[in-house]
Amino acid sequence: MSTQSATSKAAPLDAVLLFVTTGLLAFGALLATALSDDRLFRFQGWMFLGAFVIALLVMTVAITSGRLRSPENAYADGVVRAGVIATMFWAIVGLLAGVVIAAQLSWPAVFYFPEHGWLNFGRLRPLHTSGVVFAFGGNALIATSFYVVQRTCRARLAGGVWPWFVFWGYQLFIVLAATGYLAGITQSREYAEPEWVVDLWLTAVWVAYLFIFLGTLWKRKEPHIYVANWFYLAFIVTIALLHIVNNLAVPINGLSSRSVSLFAGVQDALIQWWYGHNAVGFLLTAGFLAMMYYFVPKRAERPVYSYRLSIVHFWSLIFIYIWAGPHHLHYTALPQWAQTLGMTFSIMLWMPSWGGMINGLMTLSGAWDKLRTDPVIRMMAVSIAFYGMSTFEGPLMSIREVNSLSHYTDWTIGHVHSGALGWVGFISFGAMYCLVPWLWKKEKLYSNRLAEWHFWIATLGILLYICAMWVSGVMEGLMWREYTPQGFLANSFVETVAAKHIENVIRTIGGLMYLSGAVIMSYNLWRTVRMPSSAPSAQSLTAPAPALIAAE
Amino acid sequence: MSKRETDEVTGVETTGHEWDGIRELDNPLPRWWLYVFYAGIAVAAVYWVLMPAWPGVSGYTKGMLGQSDRADVVRELQGLKQLRGAQAAKLQKASLEEIEADPELQAYAQAIGQSVFGDNCATCHGTGGVGTKGYANLRDDVWLWGGSLSDIHRTIEVGIRSDHPQTRFSQMPAFGRDQMLTSAQISDLTEYVVMLSRRKADAAAVARAAPTYAEQCAACHGVEGLGDQTKGAPNLTDQEWLYGSSRDDIRGQIWAGKGGVMPSWKTRFDPETLKALAVYIHANAGGQ
Repeated sequence: MSTQSATSKAAPLDAVLLFVTTGLLAFGALLATALSDDRLFRFQGWMFLGAFVIALLVMTVAITSGRLRSPENAYADGVVRAGVIATMFWAIVGLLAGVVIAAQLSWPAVFYFPEHGWLNFGRLRPLHTSGVVFAFGGNALIATSFYVVQRTCRARLAGGVWPWFVFWGYQLFIVLAATGYLAGITQSREYAEPEWVVDLWLTAVWVAYLFIFLGTLWKRKEPHIYVANWFYLAFIVTIALLHIVNNLAVPINGLSSRSVSLFAGVQDALIQWWYGHNAVGFLLTAGFLAMMYYFVPKRAERPVYSYRLSIVHFWSLIFIYIWAGPHHLHYTALPQWAQTLGMTFSIMLWMPSWGGMINGLMTLSGAWDKLRTDPVIRMMAVSIAFYGMSTFEGPLMSIREVNSLSHYTDWTIGHVHSGALGWVGFISFGAMYCLVPWLWKKEKLYSNRLAEWHFWIATLGILLYICAMWVSGVMEGLMWREYTPQGFLANSFVETVAAKHIENVIRTIGGLMYLSGAVIMSYNLWRTVRMPSSAPSAQSLTAPAPALIAAE
Repeated sequence: MSKRETDEVTGVETTGHEWDGIRELDNPLPRWWLYVFYAGIAVAAVYWVLMPAWPGVSGYTKGMLGQSDRADVVRELQGLKQLRGAQAAKLQKASLEEIEADPELQAYAQAIGQSVFGDNCATCHGTGGVGTKGYANLRDDVWLWGGSLSDIHRTIEVGIRSDHPQTRFSQMPAFGRDQMLTSAQISDLTEYVVMLSRRKADAAAVARAAPTYAEQCAACHGVEGLGDQTKGAPNLTDQEWLYGSSRDDIRGQIWAGKGGVMPSWKTRFDPETLKALAVYIHANAGGQ
């Protein structure tokens, strides 16, 4: 929040607009909650209402005390700081949910709570996936994009106080989605489980996010738009498109928590996996490449390896990625020609993906020695290596013959986690390790040793996790297709589940190690924030033109 | 602003752009990267020529290899049919007894039975078929509804308390919950049942419970507690208990009269599979 005192002036227009909007939303939430006879709808209505009322109270205090001002000569860093905290909070929550469901798969008789239905695997699993992808990953992307777009445009975020609407609106979305899953509100679309009310809310938040990002680009004082911002913009625009199309549904009625999808049958499946695959492509790939393109050169203090490569791999990546979704539906009711296209576009996607890996790793040339001394650089380098590995594995698994073995098995789970834990997790952790000293104006991290511990525990955890899943995935794939000499299936499904018990246990241990690393990191960051502040020059804002001061 | 410089470490020129201290080198695209990218596109193009690929106004390009998943499935199913061959035809005609009499056919039926049991019955009865509390053990020689081949076949067909119109049905009353007996009477009856199963029981309680047993229980479970398979009434004198053998378990069952549901499989399986499953269960249990 702004520290300048300007109590005498009238409240700024953007803050008043946000106040009025929130008031109207609160009124709408009150009406809908009062009129609905759907218990689950009312449950979410109360949450909306509570959030809006709290927001109104906070804004009343802030506006009357003369805050909520957005001086154009200072960066809006408060919302980024909040984003960093939220990122680490949701990282712990999402990873913890993952460890719990991994334990449920390892010891189903121990971690089974028949008297608490909301603790069932089926309800906790979307809590884990949404928790890590949207709560942790999404917050990391929003926070870093707000930071990066300001620095690389040398302009304060557009929209005055509205970035705070995006931040808190997004947290509200997460809480609504997560509690909804536990209460049993789901439209059963993977990674798009929230029902229509929550979907609409996310749409509103996301459109505000898009306008703020575009507005900041519009205000920029640099002649060119930096590559990280292309990737952030591609991520924001495409996620909006994917989210809206995949969630086209007709509510049972305006006051019901349930809805019916606009599509049916195989079309519905194809829309879902067009969405599902491009959530991977544009959120987990493009978004985090944007992060890489800022934080790797910044931390390594080296120029980006190749401008031309960044252009070519950007356009080829976003053009080809969007067609690869059908490879999630090999050997299903989906027409074979569509499967062919999904597979071949995935193969063509290999090099465009690797362009990012080359540009990231080669940016370290001239700074290789830092791999030895700086655990944060090492974490980001390993993250790029995992990115390269999983973007090779992805096209490989999209080949129909390979997919006939790997599909529905733990191999897929291992593949996802080498990308999620290795690439997405580590590049985000690297960015957070950079951001905390920068944002809270410290010279360095509280402890490099703790960051080393984090790096090694988490790396070992990932390796345990993905190796266990490779072994169990290939094993169960082979067991599923095994026939007896008389031509009957040799193994029942439950036997293939029992056979991978030890791999499930190893996976749980790997996940627990990764979670422990994140806990160590949170402690390290918290201690960093509590260190005495250094001079603001530690920000390394060396731009020649009148630099914006990092304030707020 | 656009000032091209030479990077000291690599000797490569920068593009002259700068953002927040970040500059970019003007390296060309790595050759190997470009060639592998082209190769990927070439592989895709070849695949499109060979396989079903692009949709048109009506239909799609079939590909030069003429491969089709649906044709493959039909061929593979025919292959299976050939592999199973003569035995499958024999199984179709044979009665349950004829299957057991023919070792070759019985082995074939057991192979089907094992496969089907694992993915359908094991969910409740366990992979080994030994059951668990509330789900009958199919490996012992104790049967609620009869253990002959035809009894087992019938149970699979119609289920127990299922939605099949001729389902097997029995109802143990909830003597406690429905207040048909007092708590003290149920405690005495529990001792009586313990006595029936040839364990040490409180003689006084047994004496008190005897008239209640004769009045309330004997109609189904028999005067001596031997049960009745035509009614699905369990034998109380053996050591097999569907809902547990402890005094608490027995008391709970007299109090609440639980009864599980087994679905009717008649509409799920073809007649051959039903027969094979009955043969498999019969052969692996202490059949009667």
